[in-house]
Amino acid sequence: MSFPLLTATAALPAIGAIATAAVPAARRTAAKWLALLFSLGTLVLAAVVFLRFEPGGDRYQLTESRAWIADFGVRYELGVDGIGVALLGLTALLIPFVIAAAWHDADPLETTSTRWRPTQGFFALILMVEAMVILSFVATDVFLFYILFEAMLIPMYFLIGGFGDRAHTGTDESAAAQRSYAAVKFLLYNLAGGLIMLAAVIGLYVVAGSFSLSEIAEARANGSLEMATSTERWLFLGFFFAFAVKAPLWPLHTWLPNAMGEATAPVAVLITAIVDKVGTFAMLRFCLGLFPEASKWATPVVITLALISIVYGALLAVGQRDIKRLIAYASISHFGFIILGIFAMTSQGQSGATLYMVNHGISTAALLLVAGFLITRRGSRLIADYGGVQKVAPVLAGTFLIGGLATLSLPGLAPFVSEFLVLVGTFSAYPVAGIIATSGIVLAALYVLVLYQRTMTGPVQESVRSMPDLRARELAVAVPLIAVLIFLGVFPKPLTEVVNPAVEHTMSDVQKKDPQPEVEAAK
Amino acid sequence: MENLIALLVAAPLLGAAVLLCGGRRLDKTGHWLGTALAAASFVVGLILFTDMLGKGAEDRALHQHLFSWIPVEGFQADIAFQLDQLSMTFVLLITGVGTLIHIYSIGYMEHDERRRRFFGYLNLFLAAMLILVIADNYLLLYFGWEGVGLASFLLIGFWQHKPTAATAAKKAFLVNRVGDMGLSIAIMLMFTTFGTFAFGPVLESAGETSQGKLTAIGLMLLLAACGKSAQVPLQSWLGDAMEGPTPVSALIHAATMVTAGVYLIVRSGAIFNAAPDAQLVVVIVGAVTLIFGAIVGCAKDDIKKALAGSTMSQIGYMILAAGLGPIGYIFAIMHLVTHGFFKAGLFLGAGSVMHGMNDEVDMRKYGGLRKYMPVTFITFGLGYLAIIGFPGLSGFFSKDKIIEAAFAKGGTEGWILGSVALLGAAITAFYMTRVMLMTFFGEKRWQPDAEGHEPHPHESPRSMTIPMIVLAFGSVFAGGFFAIGDRFVNWLEPVTGYDHGHSPLSAATVTGATVVALVVGVGIAWAMYGRKPVPVVAPRGSVLTRAARRDLLQDDFNHVVLVRGGEHLTRSLVYVDHSLVDGVVNGTAASVGGLSGRMRKLQNGYARTYAVSMFGGAAVVIAATLLMRAV
Repeated sequence: MSFPLLTATAALPAIGAIATAAVPAARRTAAKWLALLFSLGTLVLAAVVFLRFEPGGDRYQLTESRAWIADFGVRYELGVDGIGVALLGLTALLIPFVIAAAWHDADPLETTSTRWRPTQGFFALILMVEAMVILSFVATDVFLFYILFEAMLIPMYFLIGGFGDRAHTGTDESAAAQRSYAAVKFLLYNLAGGLIMLAAVIGLYVVAGSFSLSEIAEARANGSLEMATSTERWLFLGFFFAFAVKAPLWPLHTWLPNAMGEATAPVAVLITAIVDKVGTFAMLRFCLGLFPEASKWATPVVITLALISIVYGALLAVGQRDIKRLIAYASISHFGFIILGIFAMTSQGQSGATLYMVNHGISTAALLLVAGFLITRRGSRLIADYGGVQKVAPVLAGTFLIGGLATLSLPGLAPFVSEFLVLVGTFSAYPVAGIIATSGIVLAALYVLVLYQRTMTGPVQESVRSMPDLRARELAVAVPLIAVLIFLGVFPKPLTEVVNPAVEHTMSDVQKKDPQPEVEAAK
Repeated sequence: MENLIALLVAAPLLGAAVLLCGGRRLDKTGHWLGTALAAASFVVGLILFTDMLGKGAEDRALHQHLFSWIPVEGFQADIAFQLDQLSMTFVLLITGVGTLIHIYSIGYMEHDERRRRFFGYLNLFLAAMLILVIADNYLLLYFGWEGVGLASFLLIGFWQHKPTAATAAKKAFLVNRVGDMGLSIAIMLMFTTFGTFAFGPVLESAGETSQGKLTAIGLMLLLAACGKSAQVPLQSWLGDAMEGPTPVSALIHAATMVTAGVYLIVRSGAIFNAAPDAQLVVVIVGAVTLIFGAIVGCAKDDIKKALAGSTMSQIGYMILAAGLGPIGYIFAIMHLVTHGFFKAGLFLGAGSVMHGMNDEVDMRKYGGLRKYMPVTFITFGLGYLAIIGFPGLSGFFSKDKIIEAAFAKGGTEGWILGSVALLGAAITAFYMTRVMLMTFFGEKRWQPDAEGHEPHPHESPRSMTIPMIVLAFGSVFAGGFFAIGDRFVNWLEPVTGYDHGHSPLSAATVTGATVVALVVGVGIAWAMYGRKPVPVVAPRGSVLTRAARRDLLQDDFNHVVLVRGGEHLTRSLVYVDHSLVDGVVNGTAASVGGLSGRMRKLQNGYARTYAVSMFGGAAVVIAATLLMRAV
């Protein structure tokens, strides 16, 4: 058997988590460097996966398979397709930046404290999340995926509830109460989704007799596995509900603004840019892959909900007073686009949705991490507490603007490519939905520019007058992310190359063909 | 030769990158670098132009394919350029006027501590604008389209510490985004109709689809053009955009960017030719805007805002001409080029006046400046004569042709459009004479500025006057040069097509009528502002004047309906989200699983215990399963 590359990619951050947690209390800085080192090592392994992956090859590559719970046919089965590779790459890329941005977020309030352990815990938890997310992107066994889908809630819960944003209004007690409310809400929403999914997972096993994606797909293809229409629909709904909570789709979205508002900015990035992607990823892989007929049956409703998410999320973003909540609602709008692209069931829509997951991850990380630097400086999340920052910290303002421009999908930056693909893909199948979604580009400009104007421009507010500009560590976070955004905006080919074949597979899963143009134009 | 095309864009793009990332080290030299790279782009343009002239009319178009931009199944978007006569015209205008305005800005922005950044933005603008006009497909055009929008945003809001500038920048971007929606939808429609959005295939097979589809595409393109070119109903941003430094107003908000909508329509001529309904809407938009802008221009006391109204109106002429089809395409572009000269010159002149008058913009506080700023006076004066269509100058030839083409449309439509265009010419003569008289003639009405400094008007430095002189030269001679021997028509005809139409009036009659309109407009202005002294405080004015000062109340409408309405909408949605959606979902969950009781407990500090026990439970399950496997 060849070297288990995928297992190694997921195991490295897990080992890193344990190692980081084991660093003695007084050696906080060493723990941080250790965590960063492990995340960089994971990035290297992810790069190897990316390079080893052959776009034209088998659907699932680098496969591993071991018996696990033989009695239930649960296997430890791994493999990546192009979509998995893209998201694995995203995760491995972002974690080092998340760690670097969070460098001081878990420091003790009194620097002299020698018995402070949470710093180690904080970085260990981040690596733990990374390990689980990576494994969930490469798991091709439904049960294994389910376990990870649920298990990643635990470190996330502690990250949200245990390490809140130190910038808050009101007393420490009320802030702690809000934080624990947000963490519990996050946990309960996702647990509820997971519980329903568990029922569907068991149901699937009863019907199919297997948890293996490839076995089920094969059985469905050769006709040996027939699912009654109603069974398929129920199972679809069970899975979809869990993913729609995680993604999150309107009206199941309300946990996200709380969680992102209360968490530190890097943890908020972890939530929206990485962990939530498991939801949309799973819609593509499990809902469309296992239940194609039911997916088509549900399409009108899902598309409607996605459109509501797009418009509703954007309008609510406009109405926010808290910077991080604003970005959270913007994300809800963007998740609407991703889900729209997935369920439009056209090549452009699905390629667009996959690119969207990656690009949204990077652009939101850029915007949110810089927003975090801003918030840490002033100690407030409220937009009204800022003004004129551009004058005192031009580099901070500039990077913030670029992050914002990426969020509003300016051509030249990566998100434009994916958003336009989603729009075109949707429009060719559902013109009205495509046009409604297009309104998102105006609304996105509105919330981004209003945020920028209120915080960065105008007369310099007294409270920001002595604000320092970005430091070296912060520049090291912001600049590479911006470089990636520009690169993928102008030359997304490396990404589309791996994603396209996977999309073809999904299109054949759901037995859909792209609508043909009316006039076959002269080529 | 085609390999040079990318160089057009690369030079200013490099400048933008170096100047914006270079840091303070470049503060001393940055403006020279920016100017040199703009000039380099102009030189490359000239080389390509000379080469193009050496070829036959039919095979002048050059293509350069760089790489595949978004390769996705069934979707082909390329970074590829096409340089034909139409693009070439724009390239020369953009890089030529662009270079002049870079030079002007060296002097104008001399005392601004962020001058390096200003030049970085100007270079960025040039790069984006060049991409816009040399793209060989609509998606890449869109890239440039939004790129110029970004540059415009950055430059309008260049003095960000002024809330008015920041607001104006945001407004410009937002209004433009509404237009961009139109461009997006047009591209999507092209994709579903033709399977591509490259100029070649789309425009060649435009005739093969239904007129309904083409009308829809045409209207969406028009929406885009309305945004970028400040045409009714998306014109409201242009007046506010004057918050930007004056060179920006000259380059972006007069000579080049705002004419992108005209380019878009002329470029998409094949679509509009087959969609008469869309064309009708185009001419209506053009005609309405040309009157709208002219009326606004009559009422403004702010010299830049008066000129902005004029820009709107002159672009209205171009859009009108573009809507006429092959009768008008070429004259739309010809007016665009001559307008580029004289309007850029007028703005630079206005900037020079402001430079000498402590940045005062209110014309009621000018007066009698001709003696103090002779070069500015003469160059501005020549621009003034050109824009009102004084016989023999640039504007005379280009505007006269548009008026002729409007009549040549034929039928009632032709009469209406021709008359509107003539009326516009009269109003233009009126408001421009008003600007001229209030600024350079009459009594001195100078006032000390807010800090009490008396103005000491003086001529501007050479770096500023030379570009003004060059532009004045163009304002005088370009029109005649283009018109004699139908040079411009012959140049563009292979790309846009040309049709004489059937004018019910002879060319001489139209020219005569135009001159009469001119004389009437100048005469009325003379009677109102030349013979009588101009009051320093604006009189109350008629209802129309007051409305025109407020941009014919369109802004007030926007404010009440869109801004206030939007605020109420978002505020109520925030409330709904908090109490209704959240409440209902939580409530449903609670009633299903009795979660609310547990939730409360969890909040009371049990959460951590709960999660720990869950974690423990998970560990036990995993251990058990591993054990099972081992057994």
